Amino acid sequence: MNKREVPGEVWSRKKVDSAQEMSTNSTSPVIAAFRVFQQELDAKHDKYERLVKISRDVTIESKRTIFLLHRVTNVADTEDVLNEAEGKLDGVRQKISQIAEELRGEDINQFHRAFTPGIQEYVEAVSFLHYIHHRSLISLEEINARLVFMRTEKADPKGSAEAAPRGAHVLTFQVTPADYLLGVADLTGELMRMCISSVGNGDIETPFQLSQFLRQIHDGFSYIGNTGPYEVSKKLHTLRQSLGKVEDACYTLHVRGSEIPKHMLADLFCSRTTHMDTEEGVV
Amino acid sequence: MSVTEMFSYIQGFLSADQDVREDIRKVVQNLEQTAREILTVLQSVHQPSGFREIPSKCAKARELFCTVRTHISDLKTKFPMEQYYRFHEHWRFVLQRLAFLAAFVNYLESEALVTREEVAEILGIEVVREKGFHLDVEDYLAGVLIMASELSRLAVNSVTAGDYSRPLRISNFINELDSGFRLLNLKNDPLRKRYDGLKYDVKKIEEVVYDLSIRGLAKEPESGEDK
Repeated sequence: MNKREVPGEVWSRKKVDSAQEMSTNSTSPVIAAFRVFQQELDAKHDKYERLVKISRDVTIESKRTIFLLHRVTNVADTEDVLNEAEGKLDGVRQKISQIAEELRGEDINQFHRAFTPGIQEYVEAVSFLHYIHHRSLISLEEINARLVFMRTEKADPKGSAEAAPRGAHVLTFQVTPADYLLGVADLTGELMRMCISSVGNGDIETPFQLSQFLRQIHDGFSYIGNTGPYEVSKKLHTLRQSLGKVEDACYTLHVRGSEIPKHMLADLFCSRTTHMDTEEGVV
Repeated sequence: MSVTEMFSYIQGFLSADQDVREDIRKVVQNLEQTAREILTVLQSVHQPSGFREIPSKCAKARELFCTVRTHISDLKTKFPMEQYYRFHEHWRFVLQRLAFLAAFVNYLESEALVTREEVAEILGIEVVREKGFHLDVEDYLAGVLIMASELSRLAVNSVTAGDYSRPLRISNFINELDSGFRLLNLKNDPLRKRYDGLKYDVKKIEEVVYDLSIRGLAKEPESGEDK
């Protein structure tokens, strides 16, 4: 306890010092100006922190949705799981509407770094769900179209004086192309996992569909190359690895699938992928 | 929309973005050139002969700020104004230098801290974000901090040039600035890093004042005493 009290004391003494200083020359224009800066900076930092917090919540909920969606492959009733995932994503969208609320009247790019991880994770989750439903890539417009929120002005007592009769207004949140791109790059990792687990279930169709889809995405990324943001080129490497694993799985299925009883496919497959992992670790 | 279509749409967006950045970079290069010219003009105040010519140097610097204004108005046309922060990194450095130069000129002329409004006016830009190309408060503060280290140098050189009263005035000024900065709750960002250097400038100036005081060279003992 003692140990914890000491720094606290020092800190409070410091605070008193600066308070005295403030009172001695508070008339100075310099000090007055810095007081204004203090408020401005504090307001900005607070907003930033709030956005980081929301973004973290968005990330966590999106991750959970992805885990949930991975269960689709080995659950009998897929419809239930998909509905549950949709429900979770609605919750995430609610959070994103809070981000949009915070950003109202602000320059989005000023705070972009605060919420970009959350948004990327959301893109990943929503595109994964879309893929399971439609076997296609969700477009940026489709994502943005679902991020339009109708907000009814809350009639809470403190705001009632100025903002009472304005009624509903539309809030939108735009995912930037760069965030979309990075989210899609993450999606490929999930698809690779889905491919492996579907083999475990004796599903021979899905891996081939996935490998085709992944190849299309890979081609798309190669087309963009290094015109994109710096992170894209980093993710391209992981994308190659995922694609390699999926293609290799398809190869195995194709060559040996007909020879081996279905229940043993998974074993065979696991040994091959681990072999690949070590190989790529060297490169 | 197919995967290929989607990616070519994104690619189009990205290359348009790169074109804008390219344009901005060109204008910023011009700005940096002008900023260096202004700095060169103002550097001569550190030389013994320069002390008598401060007003004329300042006038010359102010002339050069006209060029800065035309460059900045050129910069304003290169991108949509509501995307200021998207490209902020490109001109952040040069804008801080220019804020410093404006603050330095202003100090040499009136020995007062330039306000953010004055800097914005000198550079031909706005103070608040809503009105267009503006001076971010952190960039302004960074510029002021650069000036502080320049002033600590000026204090030393003014003693060499035989001007013993200037260090005392600089000392008062820097101390006020220091207590101003102590009001701010800075995050662990570049501004904070720069602010951490301010104490060394304060220390250096205090040493100069001390040297002058013990030799009886300080002409204004009352302002030397409260340090």
